[in-house]
Amino acid sequence: MRQIAIYGKGGIGKSTTTQNLVAALAEAGRKCMIIGCDPKADSTRLILNRKMQNTVMDMAREKGTVEDLDLDEVLLTGFKGIRCAESGGPEPGVGCAGRGVITAINFLEENGAYGDDTEFIFYDVLGDVVCGGFAMPIREGKAKEIYIVTSGEMMAMYAANNISRGVLKYAQSGGVRLGGLICNSRKTDMEFELISELASKLGTQMIHFVPRDNEVQRAELRRKTVIDYAPDHPQADEYRELARKIADNKNFVIPTPITMDELERLLMDYGIMEKEEAA
Amino acid sequence: MSTAIKDTQKMIEEVLDAYPDKSKKDRAKHLAANDPSGQCSTCQVKSNVKSRPGVMTVRGCAYAGAKGVVWGPVKDQITVSHGPIGCGQYSWWSRRNYYNGQTGIDTFGTMHITTDFQEKNIVYGGDKGLDAALHELKELFPLAKGIGILSECPVGLIGDDIEAVSKRVAKEFKYPIVPVRCEGFRGVSQSLGHHIANDTIKDYVLGKGQLDTSTPYDVALIGDYNIGGDAWASRKILEEMGLRVISQYTGDATLNEIAIATKAKLNLIHCYRSMNYICRHMEEEYGIPWMEFNFFGPTKTYDSIRKIAAKFDEKIQKNAEDVIAKYKPMMDAVVEQYRSKLEGKKVMLYVGGLRPRHTIGAYEDLGMEVVASGYEFGHNDDYKRTYPELKEGAVIMDDATLYELEEFTRRLKPDMVGSGIKEKYSYHKLGVPFRQMHSWDYSGPYHGFDGFPVFARDMDMTVNSPTWDLIRRKKA
Repeated sequence: MRQIAIYGKGGIGKSTTTQNLVAALAEAGRKCMIIGCDPKADSTRLILNRKMQNTVMDMAREKGTVEDLDLDEVLLTGFKGIRCAESGGPEPGVGCAGRGVITAINFLEENGAYGDDTEFIFYDVLGDVVCGGFAMPIREGKAKEIYIVTSGEMMAMYAANNISRGVLKYAQSGGVRLGGLICNSRKTDMEFELISELASKLGTQMIHFVPRDNEVQRAELRRKTVIDYAPDHPQADEYRELARKIADNKNFVIPTPITMDELERLLMDYGIMEKEEAA
Repeated sequence: MSTAIKDTQKMIEEVLDAYPDKSKKDRAKHLAANDPSGQCSTCQVKSNVKSRPGVMTVRGCAYAGAKGVVWGPVKDQITVSHGPIGCGQYSWWSRRNYYNGQTGIDTFGTMHITTDFQEKNIVYGGDKGLDAALHELKELFPLAKGIGILSECPVGLIGDDIEAVSKRVAKEFKYPIVPVRCEGFRGVSQSLGHHIANDTIKDYVLGKGQLDTSTPYDVALIGDYNIGGDAWASRKILEEMGLRVISQYTGDATLNEIAIATKAKLNLIHCYRSMNYICRHMEEEYGIPWMEFNFFGPTKTYDSIRKIAAKFDEKIQKNAEDVIAKYKPMMDAVVEQYRSKLEGKKVMLYVGGLRPRHTIGAYEDLGMEVVASGYEFGHNDDYKRTYPELKEGAVIMDDATLYELEEFTRRLKPDMVGSGIKEKYSYHKLGVPFRQMHSWDYSGPYHGFDGFPVFARDMDMTVNSPTWDLIRRKKA
């Protein structure tokens, strides 16, 4: 069983990318599970074809404590047998979503949600590593592999570097390793080269370059992955390729995060900062 | 430098020698030989800084200072420990702040009320639960005059907006609801909790009360928590002097008393450490002068009575002399009874608030000598007030460790140690007479003329109990 956590800057496309690649794995006959670690609970919508109604924390709040929950209330099965759970949590501005993630993951684990035959468990984690709770999926005994979704935009790269620092911390104390960067293209200048270079600076690889395609949007509007909605579209093949690369990946490293100055220099080397300044 | 100071410094160095270099350097700043003149620069201790990890400090936290000390004793307010159960449960009624009233009807001092946070309150926030708790309290205890919300750590971590809840519900209930941000991780000891609590008194209660009549003799008794009835003993003296105590902070206090302190002509402060903040505020904002006093032991009590009287007219000054004349024979008899048994006995103190300096005179009245004294959470100004009270070469300790206390005990061989519950049992094992001097070891009062006979009896009972010989014999 491989446990994999997907991180990346907010809005970069973590949930979309994760669900599409998991759909591709499931389509190829692999047994998969997705655990959404985000109070918005939108990590499984494309797999279930609707928004998850019963998140672990919401159900726990309704019933009193997590001890009162039954696993089958919060564990649903979607596209091609993919099992889905969402941690859930508070609306923005109150409480502690990080604690919600901790509680939910502990509950799922203790109650055997992972099953014996599951091959891949994906944790789709909110935004940056903002506090201890959101690092829960990469602590001892949980996810051993991390993929960071990024794009050629400065702040996405900045977040990717920052997440690498979090991974570094847990890599030293536990067994977690960085498996690569997934470039979810925003069609910025020299994006492929830039992210390849960032990946090499971080000591890892750009595992796949996912081109931008509006088919993803069209599928999402129908609450579906591209694999489900348009299996013959070229974009579906991109996700299949990403899924294959992740399944076959052997390149796991302790990341070597860079400084802010180095990151800026990288952008300058690729002429992006200069261009901006000239304009 | 005198030999007494040099000898003590040498002893302190020996004790410190057991530490690793870094700890030794740090702890050396917190231990000194006393110089009553305050001239010796190396005799000043460093204080009010973070405890060194590993020293097993006996300090408390901001919540302990705000709830346990300042707000807890206010009797007609319901004090809610906001957070998980433990903080409220383990601080429940541990300070013995006595009060008059029908508990559960119009007073609530001995009750333990908490919002009892569960996992879901952490994740989804505790504001709704707090709101519900406030409404339940209003229904259960209609005679309460207000509610205090004392934050435990998680409330600060998850960012609950207790101020907003308080504001909204206070408007609805038409009485004060005081949000106190005393999360335990704030500050280096309980001391910050006192300050935070003082600030909330100022922001939510002070100046908002009713006092129908005023007299030129109105005073407020500040920094007396009525432990074992202390404030009652102090109040009695002030009233016999002809003064009118309009407010007690906060032992046996009502919320209205807290509010009307601004009408006092003089603020009399006993525990300077925990309440100087509100006195300074009333001085700046309302022009009310304040003075420190000491009602431990007859010598200091007579002295304080005269100093207080000097702030008023001849009538009060005459009353003061009458009061002293009335009680002096009784006090002399107490000294007569106990002095022969306590003369020359050495005392070591390690406590908090005002006790490390204020009780010295009471021991001296009984012929005892305080050879070492220290504060858990004192500041520079506390130590400045302490140096002149102790003999040259006495040991001054700040945030002492159990190791240091034990080593000083072995070397100074005190006949009695006065400290807290955490030290009590290790001293019992050492076979050293010990009194828990935070809440008078379930006794009291110790203040004023009512208190001194109890104090003298208790010290005799402690020092001269045959029990200690049995322990020592068993060990040998």
